[in-house]
Order: sequence, then structure tokens, then C-alpha cells
Amino acid sequence: MNSRREFLKRAAAGAAGAAILGAGGTASARETHKVPPGGLGLLYDATLCVGCKACVAACKEANGNPPEFNTVDHLWDTPLDTSGYTFNIIKMYRNGTMETKDAETNGYSFMKVSCLHCADPSCVSACPVSAMTKDPATGIVKYNPDKCIGCRYCVAACPFGIPKYQFDDPFGRIGKCELCRHRHKDGHYSACAEVCPTGATLFGSTADLLAEAKRRLALKPGEKTTYPRGRLGEAKAPGVTWREEPDQSYEGTVGNYQQHIYGETEYGGTQVLKLSAVPFEKVGMPKLPPYSSAATSETIQHTLYGGLVMPVAVLGALAWVAKRNVKPEAEEGDRS
Amino acid sequence: MSAQVHHAKPAPVGGPLLNAVTLTAGVLIAIMAMILLVRFFYGLGSVTHLNDGYPWGIWIVVDVMIGSAFACGGFSVAMLVYIFNRGEYHPLVRPALLASLFGYTLAGVAVIVDLGRWWNVWNMYWPWSANPNSVMFEVAICITLYIIVMWIEFAPTFFEKFGMNEAKRRLSKIMFLIIALGTLLPMMHQSSLGTLWVVLGQQVHPLWQTPVVPLLFLLTAIITGYAVVLFESCVASSAYRRSIEMHLLTPLAKVMLGIVVAYLVVRFADLLWRGVLGLAFAATLEALMFWLEMACFFGVFLVIGTAAQRRNPARLFLGGILLMLGSSLLRLNGFLIGYDTGGGYQYFPSLTEILVTVGMFSIEVLGYVVITRRFPVLPREAAHA
Repeated sequence: MNSRREFLKRAAAGAAGAAILGAGGTASARETHKVPPGGLGLLYDATLCVGCKACVAACKEANGNPPEFNTVDHLWDTPLDTSGYTFNIIKMYRNGTMETKDAETNGYSFMKVSCLHCADPSCVSACPVSAMTKDPATGIVKYNPDKCIGCRYCVAACPFGIPKYQFDDPFGRIGKCELCRHRHKDGHYSACAEVCPTGATLFGSTADLLAEAKRRLALKPGEKTTYPRGRLGEAKAPGVTWREEPDQSYEGTVGNYQQHIYGETEYGGTQVLKLSAVPFEKVGMPKLPPYSSAATSETIQHTLYGGLVMPVAVLGALAWVAKRNVKPEAEEGDRS
Repeated sequence: MSAQVHHAKPAPVGGPLLNAVTLTAGVLIAIMAMILLVRFFYGLGSVTHLNDGYPWGIWIVVDVMIGSAFACGGFSVAMLVYIFNRGEYHPLVRPALLASLFGYTLAGVAVIVDLGRWWNVWNMYWPWSANPNSVMFEVAICITLYIIVMWIEFAPTFFEKFGMNEAKRRLSKIMFLIIALGTLLPMMHQSSLGTLWVVLGQQVHPLWQTPVVPLLFLLTAIITGYAVVLFESCVASSAYRRSIEMHLLTPLAKVMLGIVVAYLVVRFADLLWRGVLGLAFAATLEALMFWLEMACFFGVFLVIGTAAQRRNPARLFLGGILLMLGSSLLRLNGFLIGYDTGGGYQYFPSLTEILVTVGMFSIEVLGYVVITRRFPVLPREAAHA
């Protein structure tokens, strides 16, 4: 009897151990996803931004969002950060006397804060009900309020703090930039890029935008170059024909760029890219590894639960052991 | 048979349902109900301090994460009895299972209350909405199944009360499968509750952000399960003036300490392997909280480290509390204290938020009292006190 008991104990312990140790395996490690070939995005160039916030106003209008007041007089929209009602904001970097634009010391600069449309978004991996999804063609990270249960796991997961919840509303939604995909059918692209007077925010395919960013970084600071405005190139989206626009490009001076395209590698790459003269960490962009936490999380999950192989095997072992240890009713009768 | 050890059959404790404890619990539950009414009419922001930097507050971290860990008694004891064939612990199964049943059912209720768009919750079980990549999806499905499995595991108690012998006999034939499921499911979701923070990436402090977090959560869930049994047995004995089951609790405490040792080995091996142990010696709130967490797991050896100490019920009670606290701190530290999304957000729960958490735990106390007094859960006392 004792030896059988020992054997059963070991069998159970072995099964449990196998399940646990599986977590350490890397056999099926999932790679960080890449930006889809037709991925759409934005290129924000802080050296061109004049801080007019036309993009903030246009975003509010395009998404039907109410103003948010942070001044005593409540005269106009003054959001201090993105929120459930503000999907895009221009933040300011200030240092010392603030004399020179784009100078790290005694200067000032701007930074656009909105969804970066990650190649491998944490919010999409986190969402238990597929309310947050990544469009396979355009790569836009889309939100569906009719599926969303309001658990706010996406809010917690995003390394950029982008999805936000409307805490003041009993029917609150998650709010975030979706690159104005609801306007695409009318030939309109992202409102922020459409209204930007200096071309600081450009709309286009991420591949085109990356090429443009690299072109700018290769130029000499101070020399003249042509800057496009609005939409860059023939960004393709299924079933969408963009409205005709006149050539809006203009000649400007090349900024003193950091040799870094933010979003090219961060978190495995993002479809929104950024250029800046002030180091990115100083203007509020987090330093991130070149892989997504979604890949780590899903590797653990699928190692443990892929095809339900491990759970079913452990269940079988547990049931087998329990069958021998649980007393049927008849035998239990003499227990009292 | 090896599991066949002589022990008393469960019986209702009896006594009045209306007393100071149940009355207090009732008042606290009524207060919670009023706060929740406001929450459902005016939104989460009207009664909580939740914000976009801390989208999860104590309703999730305490009521669900810690609450469900406290509810691991049923799973931990059932595993010991039926899987590791330690039949002598059988009298502990029912009371532990009852506490688990309440703990989990209320964790489920707490989730619904916290969901911003609760009317869409059916999507969680709708195949076309499923996202198997999501850790939360797995947790939700597992916990739902486990709550059902536990009610089935506990059903014999009701069958006995209402004399449904045929139903009890039939159920007992497949009970081994229910027990196997009741062991597997908590192993799955208790570990995944930890995996939840993996996708949060570097927003979680390196002292807690690790790929082995599922193992840390699983081990602490089992430890907490035994700790809660020690705690509850002591409270139930003192409240109902029953003799304490020291002949079971003393060896159980030893089993529990063995798992604590295993846990500490994994915890520190991981910190060393990732090379982040140095962060525990920085002058930060995180480092302080880390050592508080560790103090609970190490401190338990000072309290019940020797065989003589484990024969002292007061020490077992204290040891149970220490480990419940340690496991709670692990969860609190990873999800709130060591979580920073940047942007200068602050979070401390509001009074109304705390009162809802208190109300949730009050339902557990009230339910436990009512059921143990009226249904056969606790072992029958030889001489009625």
C-alpha cells in the first residue's frame, strides 16, 4: 500500500511539475510582429512643429469629442494630456530661458502625443474580447465599443499610456486615435495631418514615411530642402480613394536632428514615426526595448496552453490519481 | 484504504443567525450597495480614485487578485487530500471549500462591478469575440469554470441538508473528475493572474516583472490556501467555541513551510538570474515594499519554524496571517506599488472605494456564518460546547 501511495504522489507531482516547468521553455517563443507592408501611419517632425495645436482642434472635431477645460475661465479646449476625450495633444518641452527653438538647453520644443499604432500592440494582445484589434491591411489599431467590456487592461498594458477610459461616464468608452479611419471612406485621412500648416505631421504609408525620415536625417542641418504637407505619396488603403489635393510642399530649413527615428525599432516598431532635435526621453517618449511585451506574454501563454495540450494532459493525470483516492459513496458510509 | 481515516462527519453548528457579527456585516453590505448604486448611475470616477495611470485599483487588486488567492484553501486542501492522498486532512476540505466558493463567487461579482462596460460582458464567452492571446481571456474562462466546478464540489453539503441521497450518490461517482478539474483550473488561473502583468512590460518594476511570475503566483496561491485554513480554523474555533483541530493544523503548517522554502528559492534565483537583486538595496519605496513582502515569508519561520511552535494555535494563527500578508503584498506590489506608467499619475483608494471592498469581504463573512450554522460543513463536535 505504501509503495503505491508513493508512486501516486510522484505521478501527481511529476504532472504538476511538467506544467510549471513548461513556462520556462522557449521552444515556441513568438517573435515580435512586424509592421504590415501596407501599414499606414504618421511622421511627426518636431523641428517643423510651431505648436499651433490646429491638429488638437481638428482631432476633437473629427472624433466628435468635447472640449476639456483646465483654466479658470473655461474659454477654450485646454487638455493637459490625452484622455478618453482627447486622442491627440501637442506637449511642450521647456528648458531655462526658452530662447531657442529645438535647443536642449535654454530652449523649447514640441512633441505630439497620440497612438503610435505598434507593429505588435500590447493593447490588442491584452484585450480579452477582441474589442481592440489590429487591421491586417492598414495596421490601424482599431477599437470596437460594442465588444469592449471596459476592463481597462489595454489602458494598463500600453507602454505609451495611450488608450484611456472615460471614468466620468456610466457608459464610458476607451478613447484613442484610430488614424481617422472613419473618414477614409470620404477620401479624408488623419485630420491632424490634413490641417497641419507646416507639414510637421504627415500622413502616409509607414514605409514611405520611414524613407522620408531617413532622407531628412541624411541632410545637413541649416541647408534648404523641400517639405511635403498633408499626405505623403500614394498610401494605399483597401477600397479608399484619397481626395485630390494640390501640391502643398514648400522649401524650409533642415533642423538639427537627433540621429534617431523614434518608432523605427521601439517596441518592435510603430507605424507612427517621430523626429526631434531634443533627445526623445527629454520630450517624454519612453526608452523601450526593440521587442514587444505582447510577444513575451503570448509566448508564456501559448507554451502553457497551446492547443490545450498541457491542461488536458495534467487533467488526465489528476483525474487518474483522484479516481484512486476519492472514496465512492458506498465506502464512505462507514466513515461516520 | 489509505484515505480512510476515522474522523467526524460534518454537521451544522447551529445557533442564532442574528448576532453582532452578522448585523455588522449586514450594515457594511448595505453601505456598499448604496455606493454601488452611485457607481452604476454616475460612472466609476464618481466613487473611485481610478485614473488612466492607475486603471486598476483595489477593486481589482484586492477584491479579485488577493481575494481569489485567499480563496485557494479549497483547492490547496483538496489537492493534499485527493491528489497527494493525505486522507487525514479530509475534515478540513468542506470548510475550506466553502470559503473558496464565497471568495471566488465574490471575486466574480467584484469584476462585474469594476467593468466599465459590464453589459458587454457576454463577449467574454462569445466565440467570435474570443482572444486566446489574451491572458485575461484565459483567466476569465478558467475562473468561470472553476466557480461552477466548486458549486458542484460543494453540492453534497446541500444534498445532505435536504436529504437528496440519490443525487449525492450519483454525483459521488464522477466526483473524482470534478476534483481533478477543481485542482487543474486554479493552477491555471492563479498562475495566469500573475502572467497578467507580463504584457505591462517595463511599466512594472524589475523586482516583480519576470517571466516566472506565473510560478510565483501559483506557489503563493497554494501557500495562501494553507495559511487561510490555519487562520480560519483558529477563527472558527474561537468564534464557535469549538476545539481546535491541532492534530491536523500542525502537520499542515509543516507542508506549507516546505512550499514557502520552494517559493523563496525560485524568487531569489530569478532575481539573481535576471541580475536585478541590487535594486532591492536602492533607497526607493519599491525596495522597502519588496523587503516588507520578503519579511512576511522569512518571518514565518521565526513564528512557526520549530515543531514545538507549530503546536501552539496562536502561533499558527499568526503564521497564517503573515503568509496571507506576504502573498497579498506580492500582488499589491506588482500591480500598484511597483507599477508606473509615467506621466505623474497618483492613486490612493477613496473612502467609498475602500467601503466597497469591505462590503465584499462582509458578504463572505455573513455567508460563511449562515452556511456553517445551518448546513453540514464543520466536523461534528464530540461534546457540544
